[in-house]
Amino acid sequence: MEPTNTGDPQYYHRVVDCQWACPAHTNVPEYIRLIAQGRYTDAYMLNRKSNVFPGILGRTCDRPCEPACRRTRVDEKPVAICRLKRVAADLRDPVAHLMPEVPEEKNGKRVALIGGGPASLTVANDLLPLGYEVVLYEKHDRLGGLMLTNIPSFRLPEKVLSAEIGFIVDMGLEVHLETPVTSMRDLWENGGFDAVFVGVGAPRGKNLELPGRYDSANVHIGIDWLESVAFEHIDSIGERVLVIGVGNTAMDCCRTAKRLGGAEVKVMARRGRKDFKASEWELEDAEEEKVEILEYHSPKEFVVEDGVLKGMKFDVVEWYHDEEAGREKSRTVEEVFIPCDDVVLAIGQDNAFPWMERDMGIEFGKWDMPTVDRVTHQCSLPGIFFGGDAAWGPENIIWAVEHGHQAAISIHNHCQGIPLTDRPPAGMNLFSQKMGLHEWSYSNEYNPAARTQMRYVDLEERLRSMEVEAELGFDVQQTAREVQRCLNCDIQTDFEAKLCIECDACIDICPLFCLTITDNGEEEDLRQRLTAPADNLKQALYVSEALPQTKRVMVKDEDLCVHCGLCAERCPTAAWDMKKFDLIYPHAGQASRAEVS
Amino acid sequence: MSPSARPVARHPRMRTNALGLTPRDYEGAMSTLCAGCGHDSVTAALIQAFYQMDVEPHRVAKLSGIGCSSKTPTYFMSQAHGFNSVHGRMPSIAAGANAANRDLLFVGISGDGDSLSIGLGQFCHAIRRNVNMLYVLENNGVYALTKGQFSASADVGTRSKKGEVNRHGPIDPVNLALSLGATFVARSFSGDKRQLVPLLKAGLAHKGFAFIDVISPCVTFNDHVGSTKSYAHTRTHAHEVVETDFVQLKSRITADYEGGSTQAVTMHDGSVVRFSKVSEDYDPRDRGKVLRYLREVRNRGEVATGLLYLEESYEDLHEFENTVERPLVELEYETLCPGSKALAELQKEWW
Repeated sequence: MEPTNTGDPQYYHRVVDCQWACPAHTNVPEYIRLIAQGRYTDAYMLNRKSNVFPGILGRTCDRPCEPACRRTRVDEKPVAICRLKRVAADLRDPVAHLMPEVPEEKNGKRVALIGGGPASLTVANDLLPLGYEVVLYEKHDRLGGLMLTNIPSFRLPEKVLSAEIGFIVDMGLEVHLETPVTSMRDLWENGGFDAVFVGVGAPRGKNLELPGRYDSANVHIGIDWLESVAFEHIDSIGERVLVIGVGNTAMDCCRTAKRLGGAEVKVMARRGRKDFKASEWELEDAEEEKVEILEYHSPKEFVVEDGVLKGMKFDVVEWYHDEEAGREKSRTVEEVFIPCDDVVLAIGQDNAFPWMERDMGIEFGKWDMPTVDRVTHQCSLPGIFFGGDAAWGPENIIWAVEHGHQAAISIHNHCQGIPLTDRPPAGMNLFSQKMGLHEWSYSNEYNPAARTQMRYVDLEERLRSMEVEAELGFDVQQTAREVQRCLNCDIQTDFEAKLCIECDACIDICPLFCLTITDNGEEEDLRQRLTAPADNLKQALYVSEALPQTKRVMVKDEDLCVHCGLCAERCPTAAWDMKKFDLIYPHAGQASRAEVS
Repeated sequence: MSPSARPVARHPRMRTNALGLTPRDYEGAMSTLCAGCGHDSVTAALIQAFYQMDVEPHRVAKLSGIGCSSKTPTYFMSQAHGFNSVHGRMPSIAAGANAANRDLLFVGISGDGDSLSIGLGQFCHAIRRNVNMLYVLENNGVYALTKGQFSASADVGTRSKKGEVNRHGPIDPVNLALSLGATFVARSFSGDKRQLVPLLKAGLAHKGFAFIDVISPCVTFNDHVGSTKSYAHTRTHAHEVVETDFVQLKSRITADYEGGSTQAVTMHDGSVVRFSKVSEDYDPRDRGKVLRYLREVRNRGEVATGLLYLEESYEDLHEFENTVERPLVELEYETLCPGSKALAELQKEWW
């Protein structure tokens, strides 16, 4: 193999599994260390730099970082990253004075944002400090988008939501509430904007066209129903509720139903548990609240008698692998009737742009979705950008935030006459953590503690009202223990081949057998010749330059390294060193290549 | 701060041996030797050898004397028996323990100071008695615990860290062992586990005194330019006389012989030592030829490595001394101490 280029920021970035997996590339290990030091405000601000809404995401994030966590490979469960994020948000000091400064003098460019959700708010967050005049149009009477309408308040209290939105509004965002944009052409041609960002989400809940669908008023579309609950248009539901679908929205629906009078709430899934779309923890939370989840039930018919919903018929199915079709198929085993008073449909969302004229130059493609560039977020009409669920269909909040960051870069480039493809490059800082003999500036001891369990409000109390936040958050002791579980993957084992005397000390001490000195070869061959099985192909092999004495190479399998620093401690020549990797992941306004040159 | 122990995290898919153990189950305490010490590599090679041979740790007795080298037994197999003796006296303790319990595997770890200066006589007599043990001499050419003075194995002309030149001729432990009639004589290098691990395994399987001289550089006092026991010097001057492969009894069926340059010796327990790349004028079973060959290599300024001499038909300590088969610890009190009547009977022999 060619020697690994550790000068490329993306190599070490990839080693920090959580940061790599996070769409916004939040510097997780660093903020966990700040929490460990009690520096909650600093941890909050570091988070905010990447993900803008630490308090909201600390409660609601889809947590792509956690399944990626290295801890899942050497231990069982990941570090409770998301819960720690909430700790920083809950325990921080006032931070209003730490927000980015917004210049008095504007740069003369006007940007419109359509929709008041996380994507649009992120664009505002990035562009206001650069002097842009940013105008936001929202159809509801409050900001937040899906964070407000679809995430129930027992998961995300109103005050957390409004505080973090407030930071952005206070930067000088011009907000027009209850002002839906009804004509894109009108806004584009007559609004006087240099750029428009579309962040309207995927507002149309999928329907289930089955017999009896329209014979009763007690069949609801999940996201619309949640929205009505959020705006207090609905405050009750029947005793027996069926929720169709088993994604995260379904979990919000069934748990909301429990709080509005649903005594017997069932979630009906067509597939088995392993194929559920909902996150494992959301399933657990629902089941904890005595929601029953039934597998292998395929909806067949709404049974309505005299205009009253009596229940639903389902096919109980079993799944098998169809060789011919090359995929799983189902066959009906029996038909069952399940009585109920209300049905909530939570089977997905679609995008809808009825207010966007099809002849103004915005090209629409498959599924009637606008054609949007994956990198620049621009559609076929220069100056119009898409992000969040509006761009490529439903994702989640953290993706919406990242879309916002990227769209902001594009909008900035567009307004400043820089090519959209000229994105500011990623960089890194890398600096030694050595403090003395056997002494490092980070806690390198491996703590075998198991993942800390969340504490909840008592079930009875919890289900009494929509306003009681179910999770209590970690207390100080729980936080102190959980932070120690982080493996500090950003403290990189950095190797300098020319210093190595091939004494084997690092290889001998490594507790996970990550290291090998051997003759170089192709990756497939090398993986067979390492000290321990290196069978996780998703994790890179580090290969050094040829070593001075024997011309062999140092190989490190990044898969299981716990960053304990023992290789560097046992190295007599400091060929190995522990260096903190700090990814520079630029946002709008940070130097692009053109600006640097 | 430095952790007091290695992280308990384990490789989830590490191969286990026949006992279901991984190499980590053969670990000892954290080493307090200097970072980069050759001795720590010897420790790691020993761990691999025991792990690969499916040795139950409680069947092993680790013995040592005094010196950096003699700290080594602390750093592997915490569950094994251990004895840290007076300087240079480890061979006596080993001989006594050996006579009392032939069921244990004995591993003595010594250094050039411990074996070639203060304990030279002990070392020689352990060879004469053919004590059934693996004797590892971690040889770095300096007294490192006392800040790096030349030891008895330092070569003529080698330079100390401060630049002094050594003028005393060295005691070559390999030469000495061969002259005294040792039945298993090898030399290796701490920086070459590919060679060292099979040698350690063969040494453990050998009946009688298995001696391995391991060049184990002192990274603090003897790893500079001008030293003949540095990593770099050893790498450039090592001359692998024979490539040795140890085939344990359990997997012997798969052994294939490449013919020609390959010679094989069957050990008393049925395991096989295979020699390959042997030059034509070399025979690891002919003591005289070996001595002559080693002298030539030495005169060229090279360090001969490999399993240099092996003899499998001989008597060991137990046969010489007619020791009891069962370990003393397992004998009933009446057998161990048969009483005054038996003593009187015994004494009649000399009346």
